[in-house]
Amino acid sequence: MRIGIITFPGSLDDVDAARAVRLAGGEPVALWHAEHDLKDVDAVVLPGGFSYGDYLRAGAIAARAPLMQDVVERAKQGLPVLGICNGFQVLCEAGLLPGALTRNSHLHFRNRDQVLVVERADTAWTHAYADGQRIVIPVKNGEGRYVAADADLDRLEGENRVVFRYADGNPNGSSRDIAGVTSEDGRVVGLMPHPEHAVEDLTGPSTDGLGFFTSVLKAVVAA
Amino acid sequence: MTLIDTVERAEKTPDDEQPYRELGLKDDEYARIRDILGRRPTTAELAMYSVMWSEHCSYKSSKVHLRTFGDLPPSDALLVGIGENAGVVDVGDGYAVTFKVESHNHPSYVEPYQGAATGVGGIVRDILTMGARPIAVMDSLRFGRADAPDTARVLPGVVAGVGGYGNCLGLPNIGGELLFDECYAGNPLVNALCVGVMKHEDVRLAKAEGVGNKVILFGARTGGDGIGGVSVLASETFDAEGPAKRPSVQVGDPFTEKLLIEACLEIFAQDLVTGIQDLGGAGLSCATSELASAGTGGMHVDLDTVPLRDSTLTPAEILMSESQERMCAIVEPGKVEQFLAVCRKWDVLATVIGEVTEGDRLTVDWHGERIVDVPPRTVAHEGPVYERPMARPADLDALQDDDAARLPRPTTPEELQAHWLAVVSSPDGADKTWVTEQYDRYVRGNTVLAQPEDAGVVRIDEDSHRGIALALDGNARYARLDPYTGAQLNLAEAYRNVAVSGAKPLAVTNCLNFGSPEEPEVMWQFAEAVRGLADGCRELGLPVTGGNVSLYNQTGDVAINPTPVIGVLGVHEDVRRRVPSGWRAEGETVLLFGHTGEEFGGSAWASVVHGHLGGRPPAVDLTAERKLGELLAALGREGLVTSAHDVADGGLAQTLTESALRHGVGARIALTGDPFTALFSESAARAVITTTDPGGVKTTAQWAGVPVTELGTTGGDALAVDGLPELPLAELRAVWSATLPALFGGPEHSTPLTVPAGTVPTS
Repeated sequence: MRIGIITFPGSLDDVDAARAVRLAGGEPVALWHAEHDLKDVDAVVLPGGFSYGDYLRAGAIAARAPLMQDVVERAKQGLPVLGICNGFQVLCEAGLLPGALTRNSHLHFRNRDQVLVVERADTAWTHAYADGQRIVIPVKNGEGRYVAADADLDRLEGENRVVFRYADGNPNGSSRDIAGVTSEDGRVVGLMPHPEHAVEDLTGPSTDGLGFFTSVLKAVVAA
Repeated sequence: MTLIDTVERAEKTPDDEQPYRELGLKDDEYARIRDILGRRPTTAELAMYSVMWSEHCSYKSSKVHLRTFGDLPPSDALLVGIGENAGVVDVGDGYAVTFKVESHNHPSYVEPYQGAATGVGGIVRDILTMGARPIAVMDSLRFGRADAPDTARVLPGVVAGVGGYGNCLGLPNIGGELLFDECYAGNPLVNALCVGVMKHEDVRLAKAEGVGNKVILFGARTGGDGIGGVSVLASETFDAEGPAKRPSVQVGDPFTEKLLIEACLEIFAQDLVTGIQDLGGAGLSCATSELASAGTGGMHVDLDTVPLRDSTLTPAEILMSESQERMCAIVEPGKVEQFLAVCRKWDVLATVIGEVTEGDRLTVDWHGERIVDVPPRTVAHEGPVYERPMARPADLDALQDDDAARLPRPTTPEELQAHWLAVVSSPDGADKTWVTEQYDRYVRGNTVLAQPEDAGVVRIDEDSHRGIALALDGNARYARLDPYTGAQLNLAEAYRNVAVSGAKPLAVTNCLNFGSPEEPEVMWQFAEAVRGLADGCRELGLPVTGGNVSLYNQTGDVAINPTPVIGVLGVHEDVRRRVPSGWRAEGETVLLFGHTGEEFGGSAWASVVHGHLGGRPPAVDLTAERKLGELLAALGREGLVTSAHDVADGGLAQTLTESALRHGVGARIALTGDPFTALFSESAARAVITTTDPGGVKTTAQWAGVPVTELGTTGGDALAVDGLPELPLAELRAVWSATLPALFGGPEHSTPLTVPAGTVPTS
């Protein structure tokens, strides 16, 4: 099972995402932002980092990279796509996910081990979890505050598009404690926290993040 | 039209007045430059000599003392020693590790965010230059009183700058120090450490060899930032519309540096360079003269080819600019195209600016005219060396006689507990989460231990599980009372911090922060600290791999307390056996290793409770440190301990607090002897461990010659010390963690949370 990981200039957690895919039993495939080549992958991860130094707006320039045109086109046909942190920002900027990520309400970069509640365990990236399950994975961002107009938030909640909410404290002032959302078909998921940093007991606060990557391997087989 | 001061013109106008004093050169130094060149220097040459002969670049006051480090017995582990950008150490399995600390103190006071950010950027490039992939950073910070208004200006900016740069670069911040003292009010210290890893065969050196090889400048464009005294030269031009005086603090762009790192690593992997040097202090002047000086000596540069951000820069300014994120490489002509292709891939600007030449002159042309023609060694390596006068501080006897042991001590259990809470909730003792939360500790996925652990531990091989441990320590109160002993105590603490993680200490680096070398008393402190550190390293059998000296940390007549920050690197054969510092499980036995004496000189207790600094620092016993280190390594290897935490500033009270609060597990503790001494003495060579096999540990400790005292058993949600009121962890955590947010934290929600409909795209 081939899972592509896109490297943009300024991507940082691409090595971590590749490790997570490998530990879950998949084959990580390095993808380069400037090439129109998805290399026949079965799913794509947009990793965390500071693509283009967060210039203009976080994720705004990367969302217009050549490879992103292919990602958007294939995502609309059901290719599973996961955006983590900066990857989530890119997905919002690319129009694959709703909403926007703005400067944390307290104006600081914040890195902590965060409790999340899984609101939907039926997306391509969350099958391994149960609805309502609490998981602990790191959060680390300076611009992670999820916002949208109230009417849009109502609609997203009505459509059951919220995948994760922050619990035991909201680290960045996100509206309605939203940590991650999904596309209408549940194939594209974006979240600010970092599941790829919670895949080994040795280096993470838990191994709760591994489920993202085992989920997509099963989702791809089922599809 | 600006009149350019060429070599030809300099020869014809020997009597032109030059502003060498404004550039920081002394009369005899200027005379020496004229002597070397056989004429007056050109404006560009004068600028080059002035920055390269500055204290910062030439180490002219410290060199005679630092030579002691070179006299230490040779170490098998040392692959590259002092003199290169950073020392390189063999950590086994063919891996080499390079690490170094550097100060960026003065810029951080002027412009806290950019000063600290570019401090991180600079040390990362030093590590990259050695051929290594940078894998982690640490920071050692000092500020004035925590409640001083200026600290509220400087600290948040520095922390945001360290985080902003390191986070964007993708380097985990694995530890460091944050301490406060009145003496740093006008002189905060920002010392940044970077560590990198490579294979032995990948080590690169900064030298220009091979006549005809090209000199390539790559990375950011050159701008007017970071030009200090050189702006004086602008007034020398005849152009009334000439460039304005420029800011002398550099501005960082971590995104460009990240691209530079990836491009460099790809260039190294394809073996495209014969020599490489980063551009830091003194910019192109430093890089070209050092590369040429370390090589065969000849180099020519066409300054017109340097890509500029500001076309009004004068040649002297281009040579001096400290614009960040630039590197200089020596490349064989046949490999230039391949080199430029890698740079294009990473959107890194790269330009051939010159070549390695026959002979031993560094020449620089501007608009076809020669503006620099110098022997590079005289610029880079043969600067002035001073044996500054030294004098033992006149107040030292009185200070040492003012014994902290005579201070009033707490008499009741309630008083003891109040002092305990005061020490651990003081800005030095308090929870540092407010700071460390602003740093990414997870990126790259190899961080095994990070702050608040005693040492940062990073895995360097995912298959063999080999890893490294690093600690930075710099207690300045001890060094003020006795710089020789103080430097050794800092060495001992960093050594111990690496050892408690289960690592074997391997090598030492340092960042020596002192006042003005022109003050004999400061120079004495410096010499004593260096002597103490060298003697300590000899006794522990560790090499000094390099270091950094920051002088002139003083405001008016008042120097900072001598602050030798010492870094120790250790190796873990298997990071899975690392020992963390916090208590996790109930029912484990708590043991104290080492001997506790009545040692309060320079202690946190004396400082916090009495505002007192006096007496003698704790005694140093490096044999005991070594035995303790070997014992901790053995116990870690055997898996006999579940946690280990060193005892240092704040004594046992601080250690117990941190161990218990790490995971919220309390303990019942019985102290032997005088409870005040047991809790607040800062005797060295001590650590607290927990174990499920106290018998086994005691036997091993006995064999290792380390004294053991049983303290109690973990469990419950309080620290219950016999004879003291029980201290609930919730209460302890509340006071311990409230201090820094109360001083520096803002509101959680600083802006209203309504988003107008239609402003955010939804799909």
